Amino acid sequence: MRFDGYDTEGFYDEVFDPQGNPRLGADLLIKRVNALPETELQRRQKAAERALLNLGITFNVYSNEDQTEKIFPFDIVPRIVQAKEWERLEQGLIQRIHALNCFIDDVYNEQKIFKDGIIPADLVLSADGFRKPCIGLKPPGGIWCHITGTDLVRGGDGEYYVLEDNLRCPSGVSYVLENRMLMKRTFPMVFDACSVQPVTDYPSRLLDMLQGLATTAVRTPNVVVWTPGIYNSAYFEHSFLAQQMGVPLVEGSDLLVHGGDVMMRTTKGLERVDVIYRRIDDDFMDPKTFRADSMLGVPGLMKAYSKGKVALANAPGTGVADDKAVYAYVPEIIRYYLDEDPIINNVPTYACWREDDRKFVLENLDTLVVKAVNESGGYGMLIGPHSTADEQEEFAKRIKASPRTYIAQPTLALSRVPVLVDDHFEGRHVDLRPYILYGKESIYVLPGGLTRVALKKGSLVVNSSQGGGSKDTWVLNAEGVPSPESTFQKQEGL
Amino acid sequence: MLSRVANSMYWLNRYIERAENVARFIDANYHMTLDIPDSANDQWQPLINTTGDHELFKKLYGEATRDNAIEFLVFARNNPNSIHSCVRAARENARSVREYISSEMWEQLNTFYLMINTAAKEVSMDLPHQFFVDIMTASHTFIGITESTMNHGEGWHFGRMGRMLERADKTSRLLDVKYFILLPSVDYIGSSYDNILWGALLRSASAFEMYRKRHGRIDPKKIVDFLLLDPNFPRAVHYCIVTAMISMNNITGSPRGTFSNKAEQSLGRLLSEFNFASLQDIFEEGLHEYLDSTQTRINSVGAAIQNTFFSPQNADDTADSRTLE
Repeated sequence: MRFDGYDTEGFYDEVFDPQGNPRLGADLLIKRVNALPETELQRRQKAAERALLNLGITFNVYSNEDQTEKIFPFDIVPRIVQAKEWERLEQGLIQRIHALNCFIDDVYNEQKIFKDGIIPADLVLSADGFRKPCIGLKPPGGIWCHITGTDLVRGGDGEYYVLEDNLRCPSGVSYVLENRMLMKRTFPMVFDACSVQPVTDYPSRLLDMLQGLATTAVRTPNVVVWTPGIYNSAYFEHSFLAQQMGVPLVEGSDLLVHGGDVMMRTTKGLERVDVIYRRIDDDFMDPKTFRADSMLGVPGLMKAYSKGKVALANAPGTGVADDKAVYAYVPEIIRYYLDEDPIINNVPTYACWREDDRKFVLENLDTLVVKAVNESGGYGMLIGPHSTADEQEEFAKRIKASPRTYIAQPTLALSRVPVLVDDHFEGRHVDLRPYILYGKESIYVLPGGLTRVALKKGSLVVNSSQGGGSKDTWVLNAEGVPSPESTFQKQEGL
Repeated sequence: MLSRVANSMYWLNRYIERAENVARFIDANYHMTLDIPDSANDQWQPLINTTGDHELFKKLYGEATRDNAIEFLVFARNNPNSIHSCVRAARENARSVREYISSEMWEQLNTFYLMINTAAKEVSMDLPHQFFVDIMTASHTFIGITESTMNHGEGWHFGRMGRMLERADKTSRLLDVKYFILLPSVDYIGSSYDNILWGALLRSASAFEMYRKRHGRIDPKKIVDFLLLDPNFPRAVHYCIVTAMISMNNITGSPRGTFSNKAEQSLGRLLSEFNFASLQDIFEEGLHEYLDSTQTRINSVGAAIQNTFFSPQNADDTADSRTLE
């Protein structure tokens, strides 16, 4: 297995510089992989895939009736992030989440930011994720977005940009943990040689953060993970996190509001629940407050929540801040609440409700990426350079009909990484989704996160529902700092 | 524990036990027909009757042959009790409590399911003996992994209780159907034909070797005694009910011989029936009547468990309890 024939094709490559030399920190990995006997890498890749299938580490595909589960494709060559680079990303993410949390709290309470004319009130109040019933809510500690997964991309200039904020129920962290476990199994030597920052303590940190939200101090709080059920596409993750934290995984039918408190139905009667890590959309949580037709919800939950009887993570209503129209204002939001310049920039964004921007967008549909503000998962998108004239015309119509619902961004030359294709390596585009936990005392950023790969040649869409895969992400320690995980491996003789 | 989780633990184990039983029935039957080719085709209908799904079978296939019986019992998606359906249902239940059971249990069951799924795609009724052995082994492996990787707490007891009730039901059905088919051959006691048929009945319950050790010669009454009343043979109805009761007492915390809810009461009554049963009384009442009433009572124990522990509105219904002093 050799990287000899690998071509970066003019893209920013995460592993090789434009001259084809390994980047700082990647040389060890390259050396080890090059030293593997022929076909050994494929053999390990196959072993990893078989392990995923037997472990049932899969996601559900809605449209696929018979075989509803698929493996999330996994590529065995890790992505490497330098310690220095990571330090800056970490600061930038903490800054951004801090500001967005201030924004959400302000939107549902004082609304100073509207009064100061930083962002138009009607734009925010018409956002898909805005929830009127949340007005006046005061979540414990003023924290709304406890768990965030922010999508970052690196452009051709080598700079990181924020592509999207996911403030509702971001998924994918279980794949980060499982990918790491697989890599340690399949590549212990390489792992040991590079000094990699650990991710395995995420479930403990998540549990600490969740327990910290409890309003009762009398006993160990009852924390639960709330899943919509086994047919949800992220069900594996819900059960994985509950298992790793050692807390019950509940469905809506397990919960009820009784005497003002939220309870779960057990074989020995009702038991109080203090903290709910909910992996279900706002809309379905409480038919009395949100969608009345929700079969998954718990009637009266929001009332119990507003009285402080139960804590919810994330708080309802956080979606207002990851609206793609609001996204365009995040740099202003950071300046407004923190009086700082953003450390990580937005991708330049054209807002179709601004007349100048709209005109520009309509004239340049063939080069831009157009996104519907209320869609996710790579749906409702036009990728200009890959689109037909008919598709462009269709989007032009939609934009004119409803300018508020569209933004456009230049098509980024997303950075690439080598992935194993049959018997050689080819470059594929990637993004990076780090996970951030916002606790009462501090904000924690999981070192690394989910690297999603667009496995189709030339594709820019990394979503798992559309042919994306993932890789382990290795954030290296600053030189001289030993990795707790590799030290552990030595002790265990793995 | 959550009622829903208890429910899944219970059914997950019942389904695996059911799949194992069906596999053993088919395997034993198949081997028996090889020994007596003349009547081969007559032996498949009783097998269908043993599973209790003869009406569905009749609607779907009409008359039983080797091929359609095996298809129905092993792969048919529209038979909720086919091996494939059972393993799929067991896995669905396991999936919904994946965070509760050990990863080892999940991985084994998932691999089991993938094995059956692959076999189902290469549909061939010419299934080798090894296929059924693999199914039985997978079930035994699951029990062993459960035994040694999961807390023997409430959830484990719900699982074991489910498995024991399922096994008691299947053994009594097997006996009910087969005994009366084999009865006419009582005259030939000692003939090789007879040994084959009665031997197959015992093999259908994995009981042949253990019976030999306990009673020696093939004797229909002793076979009934062994499969119904033996306190030590793990597939005997009595053994299953004793074990289910121990789990029940562990779940409720009631002392032995007492009860704190309807489910515990009805299981306790069934147990004392078996504790004090004698073969002579059973034959006086009529074996079929006795087995029939046993199955009905196992079913009502199941319904009472459902109402007491799994139906959320009744979760805290302990009004009807009485403790013997």
